[in-house]
Amino acid sequence: MSKIPLQFRHNGRDVAIFVDGGTNLLVALRELIGDLTPKFGCGQGGCGTCSVLIDGELHLSCLTLAETVAGRSVETLDGMKQGPNLHPLQRAFADHFAAQCGYCTPGMLMAAKALLDRNPAPSRADVVEAISGNICRCTGYEPIINAILAAAGGRASA
Amino acid sequence: MAVTVKTFASVGEAAGALSSDRSARYLGGGTLVMRALNEGDVSISTIVRAQDQALTRIDASGPRITLGAGVTFARVLAERDLAFLHTPAQSIGGPAVRNMGTVGGNLFAPNPYGDFTVALLALDATVAVQGGFGTRDIALEEFLQSRERQSGALVLSVSCTRPASAEAFRYRKIARIKPKGGSVITLAAHLPISGGRIAGARIALGSMAPTQIRARAAERALEGRSLDTATIAAAASAAVEGTSPSDNALGSAWYRREIVGVHLRRLLSGQE
Amino acid sequence: MLELRKDIFADERDDNLKEIGKGTQRQDMLGHITGTSSYFNDHKLQGMLHLKVLRSTHAHAKLRRIDTTDAERSAGVRRIIRGADVPRNLNTLLSLINFGKDDEPSLAVDKVRYKGEPILAIVADSEREAFEAIAKVRVDYEPLPTVFDVEDALKLGAPVVNETYPKNAFIYHDVYDHQRLRFGDADAALATADHVLEQRYQMSPIEHAPTETNGAIAAPDTNGRYVVYTSTQALFFSVDTCAKILDVPSNTFHFIGGTVGGGFGGKVDTLTEPLAILGAMLTGRPVRYVFGREEEMQYGPPRGAERIYIKDGVMRDGRIVARKIRAYFDSGAYTRLSSYAAVKCAAHLPGPYTIPNVYGDVYCVFTNRTPATAMRGFGVTAMDFAIECQMDKLANLVGMDPMEFRILNAYRDGDMKAHRREAKNTALIECVQVAAEKAKWPIRDEFKRASSRKDGGGSRAVIPATPTDSRGRPAAPAQQRTTYDRAPVTATREPPREPPPSTPPPPPPRPAAPSHGATRFSSVFGTRRR
Repeated sequence: MSKIPLQFRHNGRDVAIFVDGGTNLLVALRELIGDLTPKFGCGQGGCGTCSVLIDGELHLSCLTLAETVAGRSVETLDGMKQGPNLHPLQRAFADHFAAQCGYCTPGMLMAAKALLDRNPAPSRADVVEAISGNICRCTGYEPIINAILAAAGGRASA
Repeated sequence: MAVTVKTFASVGEAAGALSSDRSARYLGGGTLVMRALNEGDVSISTIVRAQDQALTRIDASGPRITLGAGVTFARVLAERDLAFLHTPAQSIGGPAVRNMGTVGGNLFAPNPYGDFTVALLALDATVAVQGGFGTRDIALEEFLQSRERQSGALVLSVSCTRPASAEAFRYRKIARIKPKGGSVITLAAHLPISGGRIAGARIALGSMAPTQIRARAAERALEGRSLDTATIAAAASAAVEGTSPSDNALGSAWYRREIVGVHLRRLLSGQE
Repeated sequence: MLELRKDIFADERDDNLKEIGKGTQRQDMLGHITGTSSYFNDHKLQGMLHLKVLRSTHAHAKLRRIDTTDAERSAGVRRIIRGADVPRNLNTLLSLINFGKDDEPSLAVDKVRYKGEPILAIVADSEREAFEAIAKVRVDYEPLPTVFDVEDALKLGAPVVNETYPKNAFIYHDVYDHQRLRFGDADAALATADHVLEQRYQMSPIEHAPTETNGAIAAPDTNGRYVVYTSTQALFFSVDTCAKILDVPSNTFHFIGGTVGGGFGGKVDTLTEPLAILGAMLTGRPVRYVFGREEEMQYGPPRGAERIYIKDGVMRDGRIVARKIRAYFDSGAYTRLSSYAAVKCAAHLPGPYTIPNVYGDVYCVFTNRTPATAMRGFGVTAMDFAIECQMDKLANLVGMDPMEFRILNAYRDGDMKAHRREAKNTALIECVQVAAEKAKWPIRDEFKRASSRKDGGGSRAVIPATPTDSRGRPAAPAQQRTTYDRAPVTATREPPREPPPSTPPPPPPRPAAPSHGATRFSSVFGTRRR
């Protein structure tokens, strides 16, 4: 059994690890890099709590074979804060009570960031679509949608 | 025994590796193979990958379009020339799944998934397959019927007809969750009109049989007729013929048989 | 947004509220939005092993043979845990409060009683290796007849699901196979009612589907104790359950929990901790046991299904004069907490209405389904659904507005409830009035003027004459022991099913006096001083 060397950018920092064949990116991030912000919810692509950005695109880390991110840039919630300051999305989530148990929050924030990075003034429908792959089982979608719209700067239309 | 990952530069080598190892599975977007590994499927011990550019090519210029097997749904949605496929592509998963899931992988997605394939089946798609002995084109319908035996083959691309007009192709996915959810049933209809009459009707259904199927009785009810109320009613009542849906968490077989005609009528009459 | 209606019951409280009605930030919010809140699985321990269980593929079967020869030789396997390795392989959750008999093994021994029941656990270096070893275990099942319907399960000759309860019903107070409520003479009142309406309601099981699946990590500590990170919603309950199953003092464990990725009642069953700890005890290494999504959805306990029959007698003027209810809780193959749900259900009858004649029978039934558990108001939610459907149908039957019909029949302060407790702070009438107002639903002035604090008590406070109902009072079955129970075995393994009662069964626990005294009665906890 041989380990596979893997290098990629993790939240702007170069990292190098050795992975077993078949290891998914979620396990690589959590157990080998020590970034615990992406969560395991289903391993099936159904819940979205493991969402990360790969080269700026939203991906499910549990369904990503780790070695496919070689040389690419992976962003997680751990890299969202801007220095000591919260990202506007994080601030908006807090202000709008957009977290209850908190388990879906990392994935929700990454899905929201993927949206706002491409579309700084989304409509409500855009927001709903953007988080449609993320399940909040505490059923707090309304505050989450409101928080994302607020973070977009109130430029949103219905 | 850990999983071995084999990455090849060409599809030919990948196909060779795939056909020589029963425990090998081809990794497309990861939504099927990685999921199986996560759930403890120990029948997979080799992952085969190919980094061939041909797999991600889109040829959407002509009357018959070709999508490389590795084209993601997000890329289909970004392609203006593929507007007729945007509704089916958009009906799949959330943004992350569409950034990952591929046209080729969708051919292997079991119920309640595989919605894009329903659209392709209505559009008379053919599948280009690389086997141990070279490349061949197979009609999608035939491919699906032998899907269980296709795991040793590597899908290169899918080609389908571009509908003559936006009206000629219709698609509808019935889910319990808004805006997204697994399919209760999925319907697609290609209705080319010639001289006011339907010529070459193709209706495809998802979640109405172990694989995506054509609703041939409904097609016969439409063929050569104009799309009026009586024709639509005849097609709707024939929709269930030849189907063999099963029970799952999203709906019972009984429920699927009950609603398939209702939704086909709505699809054909342009109702929301 | 939250709206406080301070005009209602304004004289009842000091309205100088400092927290209620004002937004206060959660103390865990910063952790949640930065992803630093620590869930059970956010702990990386040196040398951690992984535990997976082999689950039954049959809903009801004898286990003839379990062959682990190939699994033992499988790569990465550290330990195979079987039922015989579990120190006390029989438990029921509420035994901690002396309620119910031990009926559920951690790992099945003689037979499996539901599809997905754990049979053995494998601890391996990686999850993959655990899965590979699981696939190599060969189980020889002898399928047994199954029962999936609550009423079929109670019929004579039905397959016995759980030998601890041979009649497929939970036994209360060692005697009663159901919870029973009798208040007045419902049959007599039904006979004289203007209309009688009988309906059947059926609820399906509901999976909590928490985004974080059930799981635990147990690790040997240097002081001889075990640190356990767990998703449990009931930390101290889980500590004591593990102490009992593993037969050690509870201070053997240092449980760390608190941040749960969604529970909703589905994380109180202590499903993963005992095996994770046992794995750590047997290997000396940290062991993680976490449910996959499929396991969580298929074999994690759901809210139980309930079947409810309601038969009501109503007069032309809209007064309900009798309510007769028969309810069946589908507990699945083991008790877990459904016994308690049935108690809550019986305590909820006849709903928030004053009905002079009430008759209730509530059964907790065993079937070959996945064991059910707690979920958000379990025991009450489904019954309320049935009762409120019934209320709409009754209103329609007598030609009354459904809102007014509820106000007419609502309980009021000072009324006697069917449990012989005085109703206080009822407030249902005010709720209906505000709901009607918010929905712009017109109700007549006399119903707008109604108050929960007026016209209650008096004749409505009287406990009606109640005929004694001794039907169906079974003899207490002798204590049953199953072969895998480690406790001293009694002389006869299978005592006669129904020994004739030599002495009359003990009387039911005495209800507390109708007035509010110092004693408090609960069917679960018994009578106690407070």
